[in-house]
Amino acid sequence: MRSSILVSLTRFLRNIGHSFSDRVWRLGAGARLFGLTLMYSGESFRRFHLTIREVYFTGVMSLIIVLVSAFFVGMVLALQGYYTLQKYGSSEAIGVLVALSLIRELGPVVTALLFAGRAGTAITAEIGLMKATEQLAAMEMMAVSPIARVIAPRFWAGVIAMPVLAALFSMVGILGGYMVAVPLIGVDAGAFWSQMQANVDWRLDIVNGVIKSVVFGVACTMIALFEGYDAPPTAEGVSRATTRTVVTSSLAILGLDFVLTSFMISL
Amino acid sequence: MTLNKASQNIVEIDNLSFGYKGRMLHQGINMVFPRGKVIAIMGGSGTGKTTLLRLIGGQLKPSKGEARVEGQVVHKQTRDGIYQLRRKMGMLFQQGALFTDLSVYENVAFPLREHTNLPESMIHDLVLMKLNAVGLRGAHKLMPTELSGGMARRVSLARAIALDPDIIMYDEPFAGLDPISMGVICDLIRTLNDALGATSIIVSHDVKETFTIADYVYFVANGVVAAEGTPDDLRNSTLPFVHQFVHGEKDGPVPFHYAAGDYAQDLLGFEQTRRGA
Repeated sequence: MRSSILVSLTRFLRNIGHSFSDRVWRLGAGARLFGLTLMYSGESFRRFHLTIREVYFTGVMSLIIVLVSAFFVGMVLALQGYYTLQKYGSSEAIGVLVALSLIRELGPVVTALLFAGRAGTAITAEIGLMKATEQLAAMEMMAVSPIARVIAPRFWAGVIAMPVLAALFSMVGILGGYMVAVPLIGVDAGAFWSQMQANVDWRLDIVNGVIKSVVFGVACTMIALFEGYDAPPTAEGVSRATTRTVVTSSLAILGLDFVLTSFMISL
Repeated sequence: MTLNKASQNIVEIDNLSFGYKGRMLHQGINMVFPRGKVIAIMGGSGTGKTTLLRLIGGQLKPSKGEARVEGQVVHKQTRDGIYQLRRKMGMLFQQGALFTDLSVYENVAFPLREHTNLPESMIHDLVLMKLNAVGLRGAHKLMPTELSGGMARRVSLARAIALDPDIIMYDEPFAGLDPISMGVICDLIRTLNDALGATSIIVSHDVKETFTIADYVYFVANGVVAAEGTPDDLRNSTLPFVHQFVHGEKDGPVPFHYAAGDYAQDLLGFEQTRRGA
């Protein structure tokens, strides 16, 4: 009896150790791929048309989901904001509330979450399947680095696309907020825009929002690339990697958002 | 045929051992690949034949010993050195490994665009010439998804010879093909080898097709070269393993049954365990 408990305990501890060392190993492998991606970026920039092509697939093709979501998020923000603000008699501040919420938080965060679901999964599945069908090995055998030809263009495309998508998200979200606040609820259009203009700061709000979206772009794209590159070359391996991309990216976005916000507020 | 004059050998494998996850796949393999010949590496599934190609191509590092290409030890090269060596090699992968986002034309043009500064008109002519050599010039506008397995293999072959390599490696070139495609690939391997003056290394377990075109054959089993010789030598071999493999016999040194305990005990044991539970 005692020995069976001991065996179970040993197995439990071994599993924890194995899981921990596996995660540390993956973190190291991910950091190594990130380093290699930066190292091969110069080689990749010489074929900049590949990056442009990937901006189309990751950025332009994500526009519909990002813009439609932004419009609804903006409308809901205006409704919820008006409900609270009217209690304090400051419903004119609805424009500021919508704009600041979108530019500082929701724009970068929700765009990154949508990007991870739409473009991140596509990147992981594509690279995982390229690996499973030996396309990456074939490239290697043709003396062409897959990191320079496949990984780096997708990485830079994600880094370029994310801030642009986040900016568009905020703009369309503000438009959605305006549609609800002004024509529907009846808030004064002049108050809506002028309060927004007076209270949104270039450095503290807009630049910080852009910094967040660039960081999320690096994290999301790198996670998607690593999961695809590291995926076991089987159907199950690719599907698991795709799921991991969404889970890891979402957690990374929310965790990084907290860290970045803390720094930005304390500065 | 003698295979021992070092200067004539474009590839040499010397006392090479390779293993991973605690399991040794190769233990002291010696092989030579003379220029201009078609050499086959044969053996059952899982004996590490494809791994040998990856060791020659520098995608894996041996645990012991070395693979040399044109006298240069592959695993001691820098990344640039390995890439220089690979420019002299072409490889046909088992499933073709065509880039699915590029057309047939662009797939064949890929190595030319990456490694040369040729004008577009010359790339166009070269691509069509390579595709014509494999009989698929008319398919240059198709996408890889529109090709049959045999056609994909031929396009991949056209891509492998795009830079006129000195060594062409074939990983299971006949696997999963219909008899017509198999005959076409078989004929192409020999014809292209002789036309380009290249050396071909074929990894396969298809005895009939491989013996038709190979000049020399190595049999790999249990991590070592179990037998070698010309196809005629091996057809008449009395070695039990070679005899079983060449004639496709069900049972022999390679048993039909995977190692297992007593059959009756396995069947009765289940009932006893269930009753006990």
